[in-house]
Amino acid sequence: MTHQPAADSTAFAASAAGPARQSPWQRWSGSVEAWLLLLPSVVLLATFTHIPIVATLIDSFYSTPRPNRPSRFVGLRNYEDMVADPLFWKVMWNNAVYAVGTIPLSIALALAMALFVNDRIPGRGFLRMAYFTPTVLPMIAVANIWLFFYTPDYGLLDQVLRLFGVGATNWLGMQETALGAIITVAVWKEAGFFMIFYLAALQQIPPDLREAAAIEGASRWTFFRRVTWPLLAPVTLFVLVNAIINAFRTVDHILVMTHGGPDNATNVLLLMIYETGFKFWDQGAATALTIVLLAVLSGLALFQFVVASRRVHYQ
Amino acid sequence: MTNITRRTAMGAAAGLALAAGLTASTAVSAQQAMELRFYYPIAVSGPITKIIDGYAADFEKLNPGVKIKPIYAGDYVQTIGKALTAMKGGDTPEMAILLAADIITLTDENAVVAIDDLIKSDADKAWLGGFYPGFMENAKLGGKTYAIPFQRSTPVLYWNKDMFKEAGLDPEKGPANWQEMMDFAKKLTKKDASGNVTQWGVQVPTDGNTSWLFTGLTTANGVRLVDPEGKKTNFADPKVVESLQYLIDLSKAGVQPPGLTSWGTTPKDFLEKKLAMMWTTTGNLTNIKGNATFPFGVAMLPAKANFGAPTGGGNFYIFKNIPAEKQKMALEFVKFMTTPERAAEWSIATGYVATSQAAYDTKVMKDYIASFPQAAVARDQLKYAVSEITVHEGQRVMKVFNDSLQAAITGSKPAKTAMEDAQRDAERILKDYR
Repeated sequence: MTHQPAADSTAFAASAAGPARQSPWQRWSGSVEAWLLLLPSVVLLATFTHIPIVATLIDSFYSTPRPNRPSRFVGLRNYEDMVADPLFWKVMWNNAVYAVGTIPLSIALALAMALFVNDRIPGRGFLRMAYFTPTVLPMIAVANIWLFFYTPDYGLLDQVLRLFGVGATNWLGMQETALGAIITVAVWKEAGFFMIFYLAALQQIPPDLREAAAIEGASRWTFFRRVTWPLLAPVTLFVLVNAIINAFRTVDHILVMTHGGPDNATNVLLLMIYETGFKFWDQGAATALTIVLLAVLSGLALFQFVVASRRVHYQ
Repeated sequence: MTNITRRTAMGAAAGLALAAGLTASTAVSAQQAMELRFYYPIAVSGPITKIIDGYAADFEKLNPGVKIKPIYAGDYVQTIGKALTAMKGGDTPEMAILLAADIITLTDENAVVAIDDLIKSDADKAWLGGFYPGFMENAKLGGKTYAIPFQRSTPVLYWNKDMFKEAGLDPEKGPANWQEMMDFAKKLTKKDASGNVTQWGVQVPTDGNTSWLFTGLTTANGVRLVDPEGKKTNFADPKVVESLQYLIDLSKAGVQPPGLTSWGTTPKDFLEKKLAMMWTTTGNLTNIKGNATFPFGVAMLPAKANFGAPTGGGNFYIFKNIPAEKQKMALEFVKFMTTPERAAEWSIATGYVATSQAAYDTKVMKDYIASFPQAAVARDQLKYAVSEITVHEGQRVMKVFNDSLQAAITGSKPAKTAMEDAQRDAERILKDYR
C-alpha cells in the first residue's frame, strides 16, 4: 500500500513531462468505473451499517424522547448514568467471564476434534458429522435441548450424575452455576463450527512435511508445535475473531434459558441493550450501551488485526 | 467494459423504480379492502393460532370488505415491542392484545385510544359494564377505560390426589392457608435411602417474572405492592418481607427445590409425578387436564390474612392515530371476540378465565363446569384478586423487583435487604412521575 502514492506521482510527473501513457480523462473514467463497481456494496454498507452507527452515536448524546418531554441534548449524561449503574459493571464482568470461558475452550476443543477426525480412523465421516451437528441447529433449538439436559432431577445431566450418587442440582436456578451452564452451551455450539475451519486447514498441510519430520525423528508433539500449529495460525486468527464477536453477540440461548437471571447472574451486555431499548424504551441509555459494545468490538478487532496478525504467517 | 457497467447501473435503477411502483400499488389495493392488523402474543401452549385464525375468518364472513390480519409476534414482551416499534415507525397497527399491566406504558406512549370515546349506544355501554370488575381494575386509568379483557388468567394451586391419599391427607381438600400448605408439603416430600428428594411437596415457580406469583402471597398477607395510580411502590413493607421469607422458608424446610424453579418445567414436574402441589396459571388447566395420568384437584391460593391472588394475561387495545372508521371496525371486532358464547368457547379451549358472568351463564359453560368443577375455581377466586403490578415504567420497575426477589431466593441477600434495595431502585425510577 505505502508505495502507491509514490508510483502515482511518478506517473503524473511522466505525463506532465512527455507523451502521456494515460490521459487524465482515461484515468478519471477508470476511477469512475471502479466507484460504480463499488457503489452497490457502499450503498448497502452505508445504509445498514455506517449511517446507523453514526445516528446511534448522535442519539447517545440526547435524552430519551417521551410524548410529553421531547428529546434534548444532554451531553455525556447517558454515559454518566451508565457508569454509575452497578448493573452495567456486573454485566460487563459477566461478559468478560463469558468471553474468557467460551473463547479458549471452544478453540482448543475445535482443534482437538479436528486433529482427531483428520486421522484415518474408522467411522470418520460419522464422527465429523456428529461434531458438526450442533452448528447447524438454530440456537433456540439448542437452548431447548440444553434446558432438558439441565432440568433438575430428571434432566439428562442429573440422571447421569445420579449414577455417581450425586443428588439433583438446580443448574440454571442457582447463581453459582447458571453462568457456567450458559458457557457450556456456547462452547458445545461453537466448537463444531470452528472445527470445520481447522479441518480444512489441516488438509492443506502437505504430507511431505510429515514424512520429512518422520525421517528427522521428530516426535508427534514436536511436529504439532513446530509445523502444524504455525501453519494453522491464519485459521486460528480467523477463528479467534469469530469467537470474540460471538462472545458479545450470542444471547439467544440466555433469553430462552434464564432471561439473564437469577438476579442478573447470566445477564450480558447485548441482553442489557435489548432490555433497555425494547422493554424499557429508554433510547438514551440503550444507545450509550450500544456505543460501548461497538467500541469494545472494534477495539478488539483492531488489536487483533494490527498486533496479532504480525505474528501470523500467510503462505 | 464501461458500457456494460453503465447498462448494469441503468438496469438496477429501472429495477428499483419497478420495485417502488409495486410497493405503491399494493398499498393502493390494501386501502380498498379495509385491513385491520391485529398483534397477538402466544402465551400458553395449544393450537392457539388456529383458533384465532378461525375467529378472524368468521368475522370476515360477517363483515365483507374487512380483512383481519393477525400478526403472531412472540410472547407478550416481544409483541408490545413490535407493536410500539411499528407505531414509532409510522406504521401504526389497528389493535393488539397486550398485557393488562402494560396499560400505563401504552398511555404514557400515547399509543391507545380510550374505549369510552368510541362508544355511543346504550347497548355498547351495557357491553362494557358486563366484564368482571376484577379484570377491569387495570383496564381503567384516570376514570377512562383503555382496554377490554380477553385472555385473562389468575394462578391457582393444583394438587395430586393420589399423593395426598398416600400421605394420609384428605384427597378432596387442598391446603386452605399458609400453615396448612407448609404442613401438607412436609408430609408430601419423600426421600430415597441416600437422602435425595424423589418427590417434592410444593413448587412455586420463581424464574422469569417472579413478581406475579409473589403477588399471590402478598395479597393474601393483606398488603398491596403498588398504589392505584402506579406512582408509588410498597416493596419494603414488613408484610412483603414476611411473604418473601415464607417463600424462602419453603425451600429451607426442604419441601420445595432450592434456587429458582422454572415456569416451563413446573407443569411437567407435576405431570411426571415429581411434585405433589404446584402454583401455576389457570391458563395451564386444559393442558393439565389433557395430560395428567392421575386425579388432580384445583384450589384457590392458600390464605394468610385473607385469600388473595393476582390477575394476569392480556387485554384488547385499540390504537390512536388511525382513521376513525378503522377504530370503529376494530371495536366491532373486539365486541365480536368478547360475546358470552365466544368467551365461554375460548375459556374451555384454553383454560383462561371467561371475562364476564354472562359467559359463565351460557349453557355450554354450565355443562362444562358440571363435568369439570375445577374450571370454576379461578372464577370464584376473582373476588379476592388484585391486578398484577401496574406502574409507570412498568418493565423497568418489574425488573428491579424481580432481580431483588431472585437475589433473596437464591440466597445472595437477606429478604429484608433485598426488598429495601428494590424499593430504593423503584423510588429512583418513579421520581419523575410524581
